[in-house]
Amino acid sequence: MSSAVLGLELAYWQSTLIRVLAGLVAVLLLTGGVVYLYLFKFVSFMQSRLGPMEAGPYGSLQLLAEVGKWLQKEDIHTEDSDRLVFGLAPAVVLSSTFLMFVVIPAGPDLVIANLGTGIYYVLAVSALSVLGILMAGWASANKYALMGALRAGGQLIAYELPMVLAVLGVVIMAGSLNLQDIVAAQAGGEIFGFSGIGNPYILTQFVAFAVFMIAVQAELTQTPFDMPIAESELVAGYQVEYSGIRFLVYFISEFATAVAFAAVASTLFLGGWALPTSWGLSDGVMNVVGPLLVATKAVLLVGVVFWVRFSFPRFREDQLQRLAWKVLIPIALANILVTAVFKVAF
Amino acid sequence: MTAVTDRQKLQYIAARAADARVNVELETEGMTLNIGPQHPATHGTLRIVARLDGEQVIAAEPVAGYMHRGYEKLAEVRTYAQVTTLVNRIDWLGSFANEVPFILAAERLMEVEAPPRATWIRTLLFEMSRIANIILFLGDMGVQLGAITPVFFAFRDREYVLDQIERVTGGRFHPNFDRIGGLKDDLPKGWLEDTKAVMDKVRSFCDEIEDLLMGSEVFQERTRGIGIIPPDVALQYGLSGANARASGIDWDLRRDACVGLAYPEVDWKVWTHPDGDSFARFWVRLQEVREATRIIDQLADGVPSGPIMAKVPRIIKVPAGEAWVSTENPLGEMGYYVVSQGDLTPFRLKIRSASFNNISITPWLLRGVYVPDIVTILASLYFILGDIDR
Repeated sequence: MSSAVLGLELAYWQSTLIRVLAGLVAVLLLTGGVVYLYLFKFVSFMQSRLGPMEAGPYGSLQLLAEVGKWLQKEDIHTEDSDRLVFGLAPAVVLSSTFLMFVVIPAGPDLVIANLGTGIYYVLAVSALSVLGILMAGWASANKYALMGALRAGGQLIAYELPMVLAVLGVVIMAGSLNLQDIVAAQAGGEIFGFSGIGNPYILTQFVAFAVFMIAVQAELTQTPFDMPIAESELVAGYQVEYSGIRFLVYFISEFATAVAFAAVASTLFLGGWALPTSWGLSDGVMNVVGPLLVATKAVLLVGVVFWVRFSFPRFREDQLQRLAWKVLIPIALANILVTAVFKVAF
Repeated sequence: MTAVTDRQKLQYIAARAADARVNVELETEGMTLNIGPQHPATHGTLRIVARLDGEQVIAAEPVAGYMHRGYEKLAEVRTYAQVTTLVNRIDWLGSFANEVPFILAAERLMEVEAPPRATWIRTLLFEMSRIANIILFLGDMGVQLGAITPVFFAFRDREYVLDQIERVTGGRFHPNFDRIGGLKDDLPKGWLEDTKAVMDKVRSFCDEIEDLLMGSEVFQERTRGIGIIPPDVALQYGLSGANARASGIDWDLRRDACVGLAYPEVDWKVWTHPDGDSFARFWVRLQEVREATRIIDQLADGVPSGPIMAKVPRIIKVPAGEAWVSTENPLGEMGYYVVSQGDLTPFRLKIRSASFNNISITPWLLRGVYVPDIVTILASLYFILGDIDR
């Protein structure tokens, strides 16, 4: 069995290895960049401070220093913890993150697996992280961790719904669940006969975009939806007993998921890797430009997430449930209805 | 347990009893959550033992004393001049304000009066320490509710105030500047003008907090209607300061019982709020900082000239007698009861600090709230651990 990567005929194991390595490098580079850019610098400037300045030029190697610190730390379990589950939980969360990247396209040929049900797969896989969080909360044998995990469980499941419903609007517009098709539909679309900028769905699906980004904020458990890890009351929620490399895994997963959701959002609403078809660029060019485009869009969207995160206080648990069930879901449903009507009418 | 007086609370307990029956049928059981002594919400070492049913608090009790330093006893083996060093560390965010009532009490026993210039500068520094203290509350409230940006603004702008305090007293946190009969030193040159410039910065900080934090819908959702203290309950528990004023009690020692400070000389206003909830407590403190900048501006314009020390003997021996003086400190009413037997040291010193009384209401207040609201309520009551455990 063989398959083609960028026109080269390779054995299956070779192409798989290339895909996995390329995916890993891309994800970790993007995540590291996002952490440095936003968590270290952007936020520091918001808070009228400098952020890390010593490790490397303008503190750019700070993240390496931090990772080194975490790797050296002792691996601590609480006495009553369920060791197996405790150890597996971060892996479950991280694998959920990495599986999301599998279907996100970065160019005409640059996708790890081009699934026909791409967006469905992304949403399904992203929901796996709830499992890891509940495992962590239960296995830690800590009341704070348990409360945090239960809060997270309720919250993540509640916000899955508006997210799925928001995506449905885009799916109706594009007529496909496949992310490459959705990108192609946006690049080839036209606005009242004008095809110069294609038809990025943020123009028509702005309601779905807003609902999607709010749900992303909640799925990432970032402020104002960070009740599960609320550091001022639950100390760190389900992460409270984790330290060293296991905490590092949570840390990577948190920011990599932010990048993944931002990449999904930019694929669904901002046109993904593509430039408008009317510009007439070849696939070869797009394989080079595409990854840069989608990465830039994703990084900008992560910036929005962090901007909100560091501006707002957090909702209480019941208030954020109310927002999901009473506000976001009805809006998303109405959006689906309107989209379907327009789709049939035009 | 503390007495329950409010009708609403009784109704709540009846409702809880009904719920408890349901819970027995479902075989759920409560959970005891130990908040503290080391916990970010208690900014210090307060411990709160909360009995929970799910996320709801059935009963909560504060356990104080983890940071007791025995200042009342230590003061008995220190001369009057040395005691100010100790009491600096009671409310460590507004240190100078701790010295003033003690010095005033000692002055009353010795029957000396500080010259007008010293009184005015005392009042100036008193209000500066109020600002330095409450600014941090305004930022910290954000942290407790999840917004971490305001506290950095608070630390940034508090630094200007601390710089001004340092220029006069030489100490940022523990000035130890007040003396029986006056002050240690006079003001440095140009200090008054710089202070007025700093007050502009503090006012713009207040506007910033109002925009960023108080105006946020999430903040209002989290604080409005949370932790309501009716005025009668506030009086029963002996709340003072902004906590009482936020419940609509128009009571401020600066206006109502001003001793030895220059407040009657300036034009200012006591702010109250009728709601009595966490938002009201935040709002009243924000207005208090603004009012303090107005007071400082007026005081800085009118500091009289003259000596800064009255005539006092080199070795201070306080005549036998007893004196009680309390002032409106940043956290509430703070008073010292000094008993002297004519020695170099006080025979007995009783410190009435505001936070100890202010947190005594927590068992009453926390009953029935959700866990996230514990943090809101504790933050809005605004205690400082050193002020609870002297």
